[in-house]
Amino acid sequence: MKVFFFGLVSLLVVETGFSDWKNFRGPNSSGFAPGVADLPTELSSESIAWKVSLPGRGLGSAIIVGDKVFITAASGPDQKRLHIFCFAAKDGAPLWERQFWATGRTMTQSKTCVAAPTPATDGESIFALFSSNDLICLDLEGNLKWLRALTLDYPNASNSLGLASSPVVVGDALIAQIENDSESFAAGFDIGTGMNLWKMDRPKSTNWTTPTVLEIEGQKVVALQSSKGVLGVLPKTGSEVFKYGSGASTIPSSAAVGDKLYIPSNGLTVIKATTSGDEPKKLWSESAQRPGTASPLVIGEKVFVINNAGVLNCADIKTGERLWRTRLKGPFSGSPVATDNGNLYIFSETGVGQCVDITGEEGKVVSEVELGETILGTASLSNGGIYIRSDKTLWKLGGK
Amino acid sequence: MKSLTVFSLLLSFSLTGFSAPWDAAISTIQKVGPEGKGNAEAARAHAELTAQSSDVILPILTAMKDTGPIADNWMRSAAEIVFEQAKEKKTDLPGADLKKFVRNTENAPRARELAFELYEKVDAKDAASLVPGFSSDPNNALRRRAVTLLIDQGKKLTTDGGKEEAATEVMIEALGAARDIDQIKSIAEHLQKELNREVDLPTHFGFLMRWHLLAPFTNIDRAGFDEAFPPEKEVDLKASHSGKDGDIKWQEFASSDDYGMIDFNKPYSPLKEVTGFAYTEFNSGEARKAEIRLGCKNAWKVWLNGKLIFGRDEYHRGMRIDQYILPVDLEKGKNTILIKACQDAQEQDWTVQWEFQMRICDETGTAILSTDRLSTPKAEVKTGRRSGKGE
Repeated sequence: MKVFFFGLVSLLVVETGFSDWKNFRGPNSSGFAPGVADLPTELSSESIAWKVSLPGRGLGSAIIVGDKVFITAASGPDQKRLHIFCFAAKDGAPLWERQFWATGRTMTQSKTCVAAPTPATDGESIFALFSSNDLICLDLEGNLKWLRALTLDYPNASNSLGLASSPVVVGDALIAQIENDSESFAAGFDIGTGMNLWKMDRPKSTNWTTPTVLEIEGQKVVALQSSKGVLGVLPKTGSEVFKYGSGASTIPSSAAVGDKLYIPSNGLTVIKATTSGDEPKKLWSESAQRPGTASPLVIGEKVFVINNAGVLNCADIKTGERLWRTRLKGPFSGSPVATDNGNLYIFSETGVGQCVDITGEEGKVVSEVELGETILGTASLSNGGIYIRSDKTLWKLGGK
Repeated sequence: MKSLTVFSLLLSFSLTGFSAPWDAAISTIQKVGPEGKGNAEAARAHAELTAQSSDVILPILTAMKDTGPIADNWMRSAAEIVFEQAKEKKTDLPGADLKKFVRNTENAPRARELAFELYEKVDAKDAASLVPGFSSDPNNALRRRAVTLLIDQGKKLTTDGGKEEAATEVMIEALGAARDIDQIKSIAEHLQKELNREVDLPTHFGFLMRWHLLAPFTNIDRAGFDEAFPPEKEVDLKASHSGKDGDIKWQEFASSDDYGMIDFNKPYSPLKEVTGFAYTEFNSGEARKAEIRLGCKNAWKVWLNGKLIFGRDEYHRGMRIDQYILPVDLEKGKNTILIKACQDAQEQDWTVQWEFQMRICDETGTAILSTDRLSTPKAEVKTGRRSGKGE
């Protein structure tokens, strides 16, 4: 009986705790993490628990495993020095730092940078991808487990504007989209060795979207978005299981909820995916719900889209019909994130963090914090804290 | 005393033929290959190295003489971890050995860069005293530090007033030492604007300024990138070819641009869906390794001595000096260089450019100049055919 009880508790922690924020936009790369406890709703300078200086540029989000926070940066005149940091979640104390030399091209458009992708974790290892195509695996103590220098392997796989797609871990596979105008590909890597599990050619077109993870009839499927649409593949083999071919954005990524995918395509399009190889069923498409740079967010029965004018639109997930809209303090490069506390969190390029109450008939910004630096990234949530970074600083809000 | 012990140990191993306890692990890491090959073995070797005392740091740094860029990162990680562990345990750090290692320019440049960074953590003040000596260092990160000091010194002399001559001397020394683009630009601007001194940037960088151009061939639907046009088979500067809109011939073009820009739009006016070729010759004083460094926002291919070196079919995603670094072997005497630059159909104002900038240098970015390099053109030259001479 005791064994059963502990098993049940473990299961509950895994399924509902979400104290770990394992990749870009958290669970399923979709921005919504139910069960994150004790997040602040009164954002202000008083809610800053700690902040630490970072010695290099970066816009990839922090990831959190237990009591550790991991983040990347790139420094030097051409951002050729790559950094991976580990800080204590409690007080921001530096636990370790590892540095590497970039092996691929480090040129990016000035707004973005080499440390644009968010690292990913399976809870035991950290997988850090940089725009230079360096893919580095460390354990949680900072010990190097494997390295890939993807530009040395695939010399034309680069984007002179910079790559920004973040990898995700599904089971034993790390999935990454290295998509560009030239040698464009997606691949699954063995998380234990870094060797290719599979590699597929992708549309020759710049693409900054991050894979999202669907769960279809109990099976995990990775959705690879591009200008052509969305390809659903099995994480371990790369085998195609569905294809949506009506085009999609190359900047905001989709949001996944079970077998439904909310795609920035023709405004916003929702499909119900299958693993049968059949064309997915389109549930609705709404041209008025057009995401700008920020990716869409689904919470319960509502879908949230921030357009290029900085207006937050809330729509019914069943129909796409707009329920309300409210103007936020934009512009936004990062995406909104939320737990089930009735609020969403978004940080503007001008460094204004906003907590929006989404429970009423209208959205309402309930609090703001001005961080005073340009913020292009997306916040990460973990029990007791919101983590957000700029080129110079990593902040934790809440959890004081 | 500690360094003497390490040295004695190393000497002993070397003289007696015994292998050190870390040799096998280092050797394993040196063997990591492409596409993740050797990762699993390297991870085990890395764990073995990081279990060692700080005595292993110098052997790791020394071994970086025989590693590639992937193994360099494995080595770096191992050395840093061992160093941090030793620092945390307050055990001896190999400060004197690190300093000696940094000062020996026969060691691998990157290993010296790492050694210096570690030495800074042992004795920051003494490490700083080494920096002025890095102005001609084979490692650019170290060299950059020395150039920063010179720039600061030159700017201070300028603002002090009445010391323009001394300021100019320092800034010229800084320019001669600088290899990073941002530092070169900063120094040149200061010399030109604050000290009224002319700067021959094309020669400093080694930009190739004089070319023969042939255009336009077609590039409808971007098909020109893969199509083999006549110059790709043979360059005949006297030949006439069937171009996109009729017969075309090679013509001279010499750039006077500070950053060596060769702009097809100048002789041909802005065109779309076209392919152009540029040809030049470069005389090398010796057979040697070198780098062709290219900046180009059009799709391009480069041939050296008739052999395709690399090509890239990306359009209008940005351009900068040294955007692409192509390692090559120069032949003694004449070397032919051909570049193909494709312009696509995009119509936005940021897609007008149909141009490139190319230089030849060593791996530190130090210019290698053609033995018959002509003076930098004072003005752009667009004329008819000329002899086959290049730079």
